[in-house]
Amino acid sequence: MSTAHRSAAPPIPPSGESVPLDIRNLSATYVEDGTTLQALSGLTFEIRAGEFVSLIGPSGSGKSTLLDIIAGLFPPSEGEIRLNGHPYPTEARLGRSSYMRQRDLLLPWRTALQNASLALEVHGVPRRHAERIAASRFADFGLAGFERAYPAQLSGGMRQRVAFLRTVLADRPLLLLDEPFGALDALSRVALQAWLLDLWEREPRAVLQVTHDVDEAIFLADRVITLSTRPGHIVHIEDISLPRPRVRAMVTNPAFLDHRIRLLDALGLLRLPEPVSSGLGRS
Amino acid sequence: MTASRRGSVERVVWPLLILVGFVLAWEVAVRIAETPRWMLPPPSAIVESFRSEYRLLLEHTRVTLIEVLLGFGLALLAGLVAGVAIDASRVLERAIYPLIIASQTIPMVALAPLMLIWFGYGLTPKILITALIGFFPIAVNTVDGLKSADREVLALLRSMGASRWMRFRIARIPAALPLIFSGARVAITFCVIGAVFAELVGASAGLGYLMQRAASQFQTARVFAAIVILALMGIGLFSLVTLVERLVLPWRRFMTDTRGNP
Repeated sequence: MSTAHRSAAPPIPPSGESVPLDIRNLSATYVEDGTTLQALSGLTFEIRAGEFVSLIGPSGSGKSTLLDIIAGLFPPSEGEIRLNGHPYPTEARLGRSSYMRQRDLLLPWRTALQNASLALEVHGVPRRHAERIAASRFADFGLAGFERAYPAQLSGGMRQRVAFLRTVLADRPLLLLDEPFGALDALSRVALQAWLLDLWEREPRAVLQVTHDVDEAIFLADRVITLSTRPGHIVHIEDISLPRPRVRAMVTNPAFLDHRIRLLDALGLLRLPEPVSSGLGRS
Repeated sequence: MTASRRGSVERVVWPLLILVGFVLAWEVAVRIAETPRWMLPPPSAIVESFRSEYRLLLEHTRVTLIEVLLGFGLALLAGLVAGVAIDASRVLERAIYPLIIASQTIPMVALAPLMLIWFGYGLTPKILITALIGFFPIAVNTVDGLKSADREVLALLRSMGASRWMRFRIARIPAALPLIFSGARVAITFCVIGAVFAELVGASAGLGYLMQRAASQFQTARVFAAIVILALMGIGLFSLVTLVERLVLPWRRFMTDTRGNP
């Protein structure tokens, strides 16, 4: 029954409490130059409804691989992924979460409006109707007046907001964000973080966001999961105690600094070797 | 705005001035040297041929134009079908695609005598030669164009739950169109050459036939008139494809723009 129509909205879970994402003992491998390498090893965590979780870790820790697997693009080698309580096989997970990558991936031949309504169209909403829904959110996303502009006519920050609108309009219970601000300059980045936070606090959804910016993770998330280097496994989970709504001034809060120290430590960045080794240096 | 307009005017004015200068020099040189008309007629004689023989020229132009358009239409259809089929099937890509590319070492116009043997002097061999010449750039650009779709975009669509057909329709066809249009632009100029060559080999009408007959009678001005018409036909058809491309792909105009405000 539940797999009858892939593009339909996921069914409401049988129990009253919904857990958008529940990952148990997940491992993944990939093949490079003929050898099989372990990318992820034994991940277990969950994201409850309306919870914002950030995932940090050194590059190569398999963060993006994890999102690809959750989205249904690749199978894990081991473990289980439950979306709203359902242990869907890989292919059946396609279309059940909403995925946004670092690159905006806007289609250059579609206007901003047509790009924003893309996911709706894929989910079977008639084009006209999909565009009407998208248009009603353009002002919220700071895009009013740019409905008919092509991506090449928009700034980087605006393009990213169109991509984000497309992600949100897919209206899936779980958002997967892979460094959504990674390609932007520092100023646009801070502005978009604040904007995302405001949007999310008004309509909370389950979010799993990959970032390698520790401050961004603390500022946005309810919980920050830290992965190790390859094969990526969870080395630390930090519950963020900062109250909501969050404001930029909180970055000077002592609690913020405490989180920061613990996360940097978990990443191994506070235990770096001394720049010059002692004693053994040869001349 | 004004700067770019002035730029586009300049782009037209200079080549035009050089062309006019060339024609004038030709006229003067031929008159001074008293070159015989059968060898090199002055431009004024060519203009005179247009004036007095426009009925004849028009009639043969019509025949050639029909051959070019039908041949190009066939090439477009076959090229798109072959391109999509090669893209869709790994077996076809491995088996047929190398053969199509290797076939380009055969000068297609050399097949014209064979076509004459098989299909006679009528319209069919002309259309086939024209289509054979136009087929390759369209088929190859269709294959390359379909491959050019961004892999990450395709993955994004898959993550949305888009079927293979949806990914094809939403991402791969639009990504292929600019390349298909480039192929079509090359193809249509090739098609003019193909049609004329097929006519030269054996025909009872068309500009190629007219040129051959006029040349054998030393009506050199008429040969030049036919050449001018063929050049104009090539330019006109090329521009037509470009115009259609602009209408079908309005977004392309912005791709070369620096980020501006709409």
